[in-house]
Amino acid sequence: MAYSDKVVDHYNNPRNVGSMDKARTDVGTGMVGAPECGDVMKLQIQVNTDTGIIEDAKFKTFGCGSAIASSSLATEWLKGKTVDEALDIKNTDIVNELSLPPVKIHCSVLAEDAIKAAINDYRAKQGAPVAAETVAH
Amino acid sequence: MSKPIYFDNHATTPVDPRVLNAMIPYFTENFGNAASRNHAYGWAAEDAVEKGRKQIASLIGATSKEIVFTSGATESNNLAIKGVAEMYAEKGNHIITAATEHKAVLDTCKHLEKKGCRITYLPLQGDGLIDLDMLRDAITDKTILISIMYANNEIGVIQPMAEIGRIAKERGVLLHTDAVQACGEIPVNVIADGIDLLSITGHKLYGPKGVGALYVRRKSPRVQLTAQMDGGGHERGMRSGTLNVPAIVGLGAACELAQQEMAVESVRLRGLRDRLRAKLEANLEEVYINGSMEHRLPNNLNMSFAYVEGESLLMGINDIAVSSGSACTSATLEPSYVLKALGLGDDLAHTSIRFGLGRFNTEAEVDYVAQKMIDVVNKLRELSPLWEMFKDGVDLSKVQWTAH
Repeated sequence: MAYSDKVVDHYNNPRNVGSMDKARTDVGTGMVGAPECGDVMKLQIQVNTDTGIIEDAKFKTFGCGSAIASSSLATEWLKGKTVDEALDIKNTDIVNELSLPPVKIHCSVLAEDAIKAAINDYRAKQGAPVAAETVAH
Repeated sequence: MSKPIYFDNHATTPVDPRVLNAMIPYFTENFGNAASRNHAYGWAAEDAVEKGRKQIASLIGATSKEIVFTSGATESNNLAIKGVAEMYAEKGNHIITAATEHKAVLDTCKHLEKKGCRITYLPLQGDGLIDLDMLRDAITDKTILISIMYANNEIGVIQPMAEIGRIAKERGVLLHTDAVQACGEIPVNVIADGIDLLSITGHKLYGPKGVGALYVRRKSPRVQLTAQMDGGGHERGMRSGTLNVPAIVGLGAACELAQQEMAVESVRLRGLRDRLRAKLEANLEEVYINGSMEHRLPNNLNMSFAYVEGESLLMGINDIAVSSGSACTSATLEPSYVLKALGLGDDLAHTSIRFGLGRFNTEAEVDYVAQKMIDVVNKLRELSPLWEMFKDGVDLSKVQWTAH
């Protein structure tokens, strides 16, 4: 299978690889997928609790090149957005940006799920309602 | 970009230039139909075909009259299994095979199941070998055929064919083996192994694609097959169709070369394979060999690189041609059924790589591949949340994953 140039670029130069202290209250952690399925994504955001702006994002991904690229791209897009804006990132945006073929759409879905999971975790730590925010999607 | 280093010799092999040279005259000057009995063109083609038959027979300890030419091992497997099922239908309708057979065997058996045959799919032991007691117990009065591959295409594990042959003989059951990976790599002898039907193909032993053969035993017992194609009654009525003379010449030449060079070449390949394994194991933690090392083709290595997904690994080593058991590389999104049959979890099956060494690989290539693998595995583990958890002492089997 041929990969798009953008997927190859993210694979060769993944952005924002790393881990944050998940015990911190300004850090939200989302881990989605399962080893048996061949994909696990961990995505973390560090939020400015005064402004609600995501100041940093990190990821680690076990998965194919498209899964790595989807999560790498997600961290790029998250930085500088507010938490509310971040919830607007759709898997289809990732599909379009990376030119993912149909068999790789699940990678983008996983990335969207990881974003939501990280935001949920952050909001739960902040004592904000969680479930109601996400069903809007 | 120069071409990738080719370590996928279980998928196919390049044609040896010596094989190609033997074939070329049979496309142009000696183009005759081997079935033309009345002129020199036909005689030359027939002579070439008979020489090929001898060369193939010699490699497997058969006689040339026992060789039936086909289009490849898929056809040979179909002809052997369907041909026996139809011919011996009055004797019984039960066939025994194994879960890790090639799809050409498994899907043929599934087809026969729909037609009223009963098929037993033997499970494998953790090392990839079949359990001989289980095989013995599976045989019934209705069993007409056992079909067990000689050596597996993914893990290279060699089955105890002589013992399987003895069990088949004791119970009066025919034995077929798909020997495409074994022929040319290790000694195969239909007499010593008690094989009644054997499939072989050209393109796994440095011959051309699109040609294969089926060995059909003629003495004790004389095996009969129902033809699966109607036509001119070529190949003793078992396989109609004008013979592909240049390809048969190529298959014959490839068998002769393999036979001549096997003793030396298998030692060389084993050395390269062991060198690759040693370098990987010395420099990487958490790597696992899939299948028995003891009962294995000299040119095969199948390893799982835990916590690194197979397709992303292939992407990082895109100047090396290998295969992965990862689901992402297959059309079905299911990881390798062969590895799963060994009892390997999906997680490790997703991290497996098959290295298939061949005649044209060198020590320098092995060293390059080993180093590249080490670099890419280390890089991807830095990216892997599973590796991080493993290093933090998390028991991954106890984690509540979110399925998707």
